[in-house]
Amino acid sequence: MKYLRKNDFIMIGFAVVLFAVLQGLIAGRILSSFWQLNLLIVGINVIMAVSLNLINGYTGQFSLGHAGFMAVGAYVGVVLTTNFHLPFLAALVAGAVAAGILGFLIGIPTLRLRGDYLAIATLGLGEIIRIVIMNIDYVGGAAGFKGIPHHTTFAWVFFLMLFALFFIKNFVNSNQGRACLAIRENEIAAESMGVNTTKYKIMAFTIGAAFAGVAGVLFAHSFYLISPNSFTFMQSFNYLIMVVMGGLGSITGSIAGAFVVTFISAALASWPEFRMIIYALALILMMFYRPQGLFGYMEVTNMRIFRKIFKKGGRADG
Amino acid sequence: MEVTHQVLQQLVNGISLGSIYALIALGYTMIYGIIKLINFAHGDIYMVGAYIGFYAITQAQLSIVPALIISFVVTGILGMVVEKLAYKPLRHAPRISVLITAIGVSFFLEYTSMYFVSPTPRTFPALFGDVAIELGGIVINGQQMLILGITTILMIVLTYVVHRTKTGKAMRAASFDTETAQLMGIDSDRIISITFGIGSALAAVAGVLVGVYYNSIDPLMGIMPGLKAFVAAVLGGIGILPGAVVGGLILGIVEAFVSGFVSSTFRDAAAFAILILVLLFKPTGIFGKNTKEKV
Repeated sequence: MKYLRKNDFIMIGFAVVLFAVLQGLIAGRILSSFWQLNLLIVGINVIMAVSLNLINGYTGQFSLGHAGFMAVGAYVGVVLTTNFHLPFLAALVAGAVAAGILGFLIGIPTLRLRGDYLAIATLGLGEIIRIVIMNIDYVGGAAGFKGIPHHTTFAWVFFLMLFALFFIKNFVNSNQGRACLAIRENEIAAESMGVNTTKYKIMAFTIGAAFAGVAGVLFAHSFYLISPNSFTFMQSFNYLIMVVMGGLGSITGSIAGAFVVTFISAALASWPEFRMIIYALALILMMFYRPQGLFGYMEVTNMRIFRKIFKKGGRADG
Repeated sequence: MEVTHQVLQQLVNGISLGSIYALIALGYTMIYGIIKLINFAHGDIYMVGAYIGFYAITQAQLSIVPALIISFVVTGILGMVVEKLAYKPLRHAPRISVLITAIGVSFFLEYTSMYFVSPTPRTFPALFGDVAIELGGIVINGQQMLILGITTILMIVLTYVVHRTKTGKAMRAASFDTETAQLMGIDSDRIISITFGIGSALAAVAGVLVGVYYNSIDPLMGIMPGLKAFVAAVLGGIGILPGAVVGGLILGIVEAFVSGFVSSTFRDAAAFAILILVLLFKPTGIFGKNTKEKV
């Protein structure tokens, strides 16, 4: 079993160069603080989008509660760093574990549901998580949690994002990942071929939730204050838009979706209505003319242009 | 004595709120019954209905009944237009595509309305003053009487249409089995369009009634009631009309009790908790029959 293939080294090389350039721009104060913050948000959104893609795109389980898991990670993280003064890494791990456990517990009953029922149930659970947090006075209730140390740096976001991308890419290309793809294509057929559908659905859901928890910890430590209102189902819809636009079932697509959506949001920040109208029309037109999203199932490593440049690296798998 | 009094008062509040959920849930359940789509935009149609009623009352100086009728007709047409433009081209697409389109339509309605009417909440004019009747200490105010009266009338009319007219028969046939209905000469596109029209019109009435009841409307008011009406439809058994009514009433009563006796912040959580419990223990709902899964 090879965890890193030649393509991966090429991608890591790209990533390191990209990181060096961006870090240089930040260190040289060429980027304004507005765009620096947006760079962090893009990275966090990539983690959210790619983890949601694992659930919605690769496993075909339509979840609308991703912001709920992000909230759990965020709150667990800030309690550990602010109230217990633990290091940031511990908060990241704890946030991931807490969100993962919750995803596991929620997944067992709800993943028996299908399609639209699952969508509404996960949306409801996401809201329940938020309402419960809102009623816990220890974390500030509806007013929010104040005084969070500013731990999130571009390096943390970038390398955790890279980790998330490679983890999910390798998961999808593993036996377990293939089982997930089989479930997406046809659940009944997968079951009759001996795939334990419940097990793999819960596995994908738990991994997705854990990464959402990591993203939550990163998100919370980018600001001085977080409140339950940052994690409404509108946020979940936002991540869904990224995944759908990029392509349900494409990691490249999730990255592209997160980029496009975050920068459109930033550019249209003063005209929030227009932003949402544009998203709405884009979603509808996308479903009419390109329901598979910008990239469909395609990855950048499979594209002709990529293979042309790196002739020997042109393997069919990503 | 004090406690029973409070319980009965919350019951009255719950039934008023529940009848509004029931009106929205009827549209949900009819649409789901025919094309198996959770029409996420249904709550926003209800919002548009509320605004049409609002402008009919404030700008055109109409009284409540003509305002309800105008809202009923205009929003019904809007529902048909939405169906024609957004859902009809996707009739044979995977259900997830249609669901995402519905989410898109929902955003579109919310934010185009926000653009035109501004995001600030509008105050619905008070139409009743202090009309209220008291029955043994329980107060039923004018708005609640209006809600109960209108919803009862609409439900009787709807039952008549669905069970006694030719169109209603076609609707029931199409919801039972669309393809076979088509083979029997039913124009299913027309029936789907009519279903969207009726469902949207009912939601519009609910919107105007909510405006009268709570005195305040805003462009995002449809999101939560839309989701809750879906919960009501699932609770009663999706696709079953009496189920939607019973589900709506139960949900309204539970919410009134939770906000009256526990805490109003848990009101929304209660609805979703009900949904999850129903889906886990009896996914077909109260009135639903168990169907075997076919491969």
